[in-house]
Order: sequence, then C-alpha cells, then structure tokens
Amino acid sequence: MTSQLREKFEEALFPPVVALLIALVCGDLLIMSYGQSPAAVYRMLLEGTWGNAYGFGQVLYKATALTFTGLAVSIGIRAGLFNVGAESQLAAGGFLAAMMGLALSPGVPGVLAVPLCMLAAAAGGGVVGAIPGVLKVKFGAHEVIVTIMLNFVVLALLNWGIANHLNVPETLHTTEIDAGAIPRLEAFIGAFHGSAANLSLLVAIVTAILAWFFLFRSRRGFELRAVGLQPDAAEYGGVSVGGVWFRALTLSGAIAGLGGINYVLGYKHYYEEGFAGGAGYLGIAVALVGRNHPLGVVLAALFFATLSQGGLAIHALVPKQMAEVLQGVVILAVAMSVPEVRRALRQSRRPVAA
Amino acid sequence: MNPFDFLTQTLRIAIPYLFAASGGVIAERAGIISLSLEGYMLTGAFSATLGTFYSGSPWIGLLCGILGGLVFGLIHALATIRYRADQVVVGIAINLLAIGVTRFFLQLAFESSSNSPRIEGFGASAAARGFDNPLLWMGLLSAPVLAFFLYKTRYGLRVRAVGEHPDAAASVGISVARIRYLSVALSGMLAALGGVFLALDQHQFTDQMTAGRGFIAVAAVIFGRWDPVRAALACLLFAAAETLQIQLQGTEVIASQFVSMIPYVLTIIALAGVVGRAVPPAALGKTGE
Repeated sequence: MTSQLREKFEEALFPPVVALLIALVCGDLLIMSYGQSPAAVYRMLLEGTWGNAYGFGQVLYKATALTFTGLAVSIGIRAGLFNVGAESQLAAGGFLAAMMGLALSPGVPGVLAVPLCMLAAAAGGGVVGAIPGVLKVKFGAHEVIVTIMLNFVVLALLNWGIANHLNVPETLHTTEIDAGAIPRLEAFIGAFHGSAANLSLLVAIVTAILAWFFLFRSRRGFELRAVGLQPDAAEYGGVSVGGVWFRALTLSGAIAGLGGINYVLGYKHYYEEGFAGGAGYLGIAVALVGRNHPLGVVLAALFFATLSQGGLAIHALVPKQMAEVLQGVVILAVAMSVPEVRRALRQSRRPVAA
Repeated sequence: MNPFDFLTQTLRIAIPYLFAASGGVIAERAGIISLSLEGYMLTGAFSATLGTFYSGSPWIGLLCGILGGLVFGLIHALATIRYRADQVVVGIAINLLAIGVTRFFLQLAFESSSNSPRIEGFGASAAARGFDNPLLWMGLLSAPVLAFFLYKTRYGLRVRAVGEHPDAAASVGISVARIRYLSVALSGMLAALGGVFLALDQHQFTDQMTAGRGFIAVAAVIFGRWDPVRAALACLLFAAAETLQIQLQGTEVIASQFVSMIPYVLTIIALAGVVGRAVPPAALGKTGE
C-alpha cells in the first residue's frame, strides 16, 4: 500500500473507530443504569441482527433506505453543499412512485412498470432538491436553511394530499399500487421469510457504484469535487460553480427520492404518511461516518441499520430507545473527532528535521 | 371569538417560540449556527417534568429545565468550539440525542414510552387566563431584555463582534472562544425555558412534545434577521397564524397543513431576498478549519 493511500485510510478509519469506542462506553453506562449486564445486551443485539436470517433481512431493509439518503447527502457535501432535505425528498420520491404505480394499469409488465416508478421516485426527489438549488444559485439563499424549511413544507403538502384526497378511508395511506411492485428477498431465499428486505437493495448497490464512478471517474464528478474543495479556484478554472451547485442538489434530491422505492415498491406497495421516519436525517449521519465515499456510505448504512434493528432486539432487557441515544452519540463523536484526527495525523507526519 | 381570547391563545402558543428564538439569536449573533433549539426545548421540557414530579414544585422543575438546556448547550459548545465539529451536523445530532435521551429516561423513570404522569404547573387560577404564569412574563420579556443586552451592554457588543469579525475581536483582547461558550450556554438555557413552559402548561411530558417548535423558532430568527425584537415579532406572527388556524378548524376555509407552512414559506422567501434580503452574521458557522 502506498503511503498516500495509507494516510487516506487512517484519516477515514480513525474517527469512526474512536466514535464506536465512545458509543460503547456510553452504551455500557446506559445498560448498567438499567441494571443489566452490557455483555448480555450486546450479545443479544448481535444475535438479533446478524445472528438470524429475519434480523439480518431487517438490517438489509433499513440499510437500503439509509444507503440512498447517505449517498444523497454525500454528493451534496462533495460539492460543498449541505442537503438537510433528504427526509422530504425521500417522502416525495415514495409519493410519486406510488402515484405512478397507481396510474399504470395492472397489465403493464414489471420490466416496464418498475423503471417507470423508479423514474417517478427520482423525479419527485429531484424536484424537491432542485428548489434549494435554484434559490442558492439565483438568490444566494443558504441551502441548509432552505432544505430544512422545505422539509416541513413538502411533508405538509404530502400530508394534505393523503389526508384529504388519496387515502383509503380511516387510514393515512393510499390503495395498493397496481403495477411496479419489487419482489422481496424471501421470494428467492426462504430463510428471509417475514423480513421486509427486497430487491431495492440491488438498486441501492448499483446507485452506490454509479455514484463512485460519477464522483471519481467522470468529468462532471471531477468538477463537482473541485467546486466542493475550492469554488473560487474551480470558477477560475472555467467551471460554472452555480451550474455545479444546481446539478449537485438536484442529483442529491433525486438519489434520496429514489430511496422511496424501498418502502413503497418493495415493502408495503403503497405510500403512507411518515414512512420516511427519520431515514433522511439519519442519512446525514451515514454520510458523515462513511466519510462521503460511496463504499463508506454502504458500510455506515449497515452500521446504523444494525443499531436501529438491534434496539428492537434488546428491548426485553433495556428500552429500545438506547439505540437512538447511541446514534446521537456516534454522530457527535465522529463530528468531533474528524478535525481532531486530521490535525493529529498531520502533526505526526511532519518531518522531524524540517 | 372575542379579541381577548385570540390574544391569550396567541400568547400561549408564542411563549415557547419566544424563548427558543431568543436562544437562537444569541448563539447565532456569536457565530454559532443554532439548529439545536428543538433539542434544547425537548430536554428542558423533560428535565422540568422530572424536577417537578420529584419535588412537587414547578420552581424546582424550572431550575432543572434550565440545567438540562445548559448541559446540552455545553455539549454543543464543546463540540463546535473546542473540537471544531461541523455546526450543522452537531445541531442535528443534538436534536437526535435529545429525542433518544428523553425517551430512554422516560422509560426508566416512568416506565412509559409516551408520557409522564401529571405534574404541577404555574398559574392555577382559571380567572387569570394564564397571566399568573411567571413563565409567560419571562417569555414576553426575553426579547426586549436580550435586545438591551446585545445593543447596550459591553458583553453584548462583544457577542456581536465575535459573530461578525472574530479576528478583529481577538486582536483587541476579547476571548472569542469564551464569548461563544457563554452565548451557546445561554442559548441552551433560554430555549430550554420554552420547553419548560410547554411541559408545565400541559402538566406532563409527552414524547417529542416540542413537535418542530424549535425549527419554527429557527425560522423566526432568520425571518427576524437575527434581531431579538424582530424575531419576537415573527414568533407572534407565526403564533397568530396558528391561532387563526385552530379557530378556523372544521370550517373548510383553509386546510391546517397550509397554515402550518406559513413560517417556513415566509422564511424561504426572506432568504431569497424578495422583500429585503436576510443577511446572517458574517462569521456564522465558521468555527471549522
């Protein structure tokens, strides 16, 4: 391994490892405050997630949505932009996927219906992402605040549509889609029976690979990263910074929106109010822990999905809310250790005689 | 409905916003992005409930609520100032942490995943219509007091200097980090009071009872262009819209979802500069490398 590559690895790996250790200590304290043994709880957590097929299926299902939102947030950060809107982009994507699935007649074959629904999902998220893009480029409105505010506006709009027009009476969801359903993993591997994991998983992996290719092997991706590192230098080098910002936020929104297929096409086959359930906000954590690299994002998505599913698994011993506390601790610890690790590594690498 | 009822209901809705927006203004004027108001409020509400439940006194609850906000404010300050963590990430992490911590300890203390038992509150007399609640007056006074503090005191001048030109402030001997620590700590305590008001007013803590109010306060801070009094007016405006919506409920004039959008839409418009551009403090968010 070249020394440059090793440095990159150290910089990427140390913060999550430090965070994990801090989270373990916090977890121990919480578990002991509840009068339980940490070892027993952690064993239960692992057995309930990676230890059996159903638990593992649930981890894969949750990791699928988090991969999409994590990728979405990282594309933004690579361009120097913070998309806090993945939550509503995910919801809008799921909503349009369901609308497309309802509009198509049941006779439309899956090879046609599924891509159409996926396209609708990406379009839904992309439109929500494009709004902060336009407002930033044309008016200089800060994307962090605009995306946060848009979350509330878009979710209120979708809730209004569901509550008043599109729902099955007495529920907050639409009727089941006629076309575009994505099969569950249990259809191929019997052991996954009952878990929500579905073939959206493959779409997530392909999206991660495409995101890697786009970021590190394409001209547009190079421009995007250049703008993220040094917007002024990129502008001087002939890159249209505004154009990159707009495309980055739109693409980020589209990827988050595509995540809507996991629930709508793969699991319930309808849109339901609140299905995003925080996966958009957690995407920020996933991007942060995954260091904005597609491979890191996939691993971080698996980690946070394990924590979330693990919380349910240990509920007999300690409240499942423990997992939520640990999520917060991990995010804080990673955010705090990233600049610290960078500084420490830089110092240790400085030649002694220089 | 009579105008007096409208006013009292508006005030009751506005008080949590007023506290939280004041907290947001002080932190942001010192240069620290304040997306964690929601978390401070939730922690404040929960610690106030614990304190009131075990002591039987809402005053002890109030102190506990302030303490809860202080602890979370200090975590935020430590992460962003000492460790230079990204301020947006830390803000969101604080909110997630507050939800998790309050849920965990709600289960631990009261063995419930939804709400605490009933607790005492301020302002028992129905005839006083809430005006005998000391928190109502504190909330109303928070903005004018903060304005005096920011514009008329030495410390306030330092807060503004640190938020606009930290290097210049440092060059005349002001400790930038110290001013920021104090401002964020104060922000946590102020916003927590908003949560304290909610919990004592409803006589219990319920899971996620702040329900996005911290973000309405963020909207008010920006819509009020980082000025305490204008932010307070924005809070009153948003609260009046909510009151109107509650009054109109069932009359089919306008769907509640559309009224709930008002603060957010106005803020986006303000940021886009359609009617006078909202310009943040120059050094806002710049503690990183």
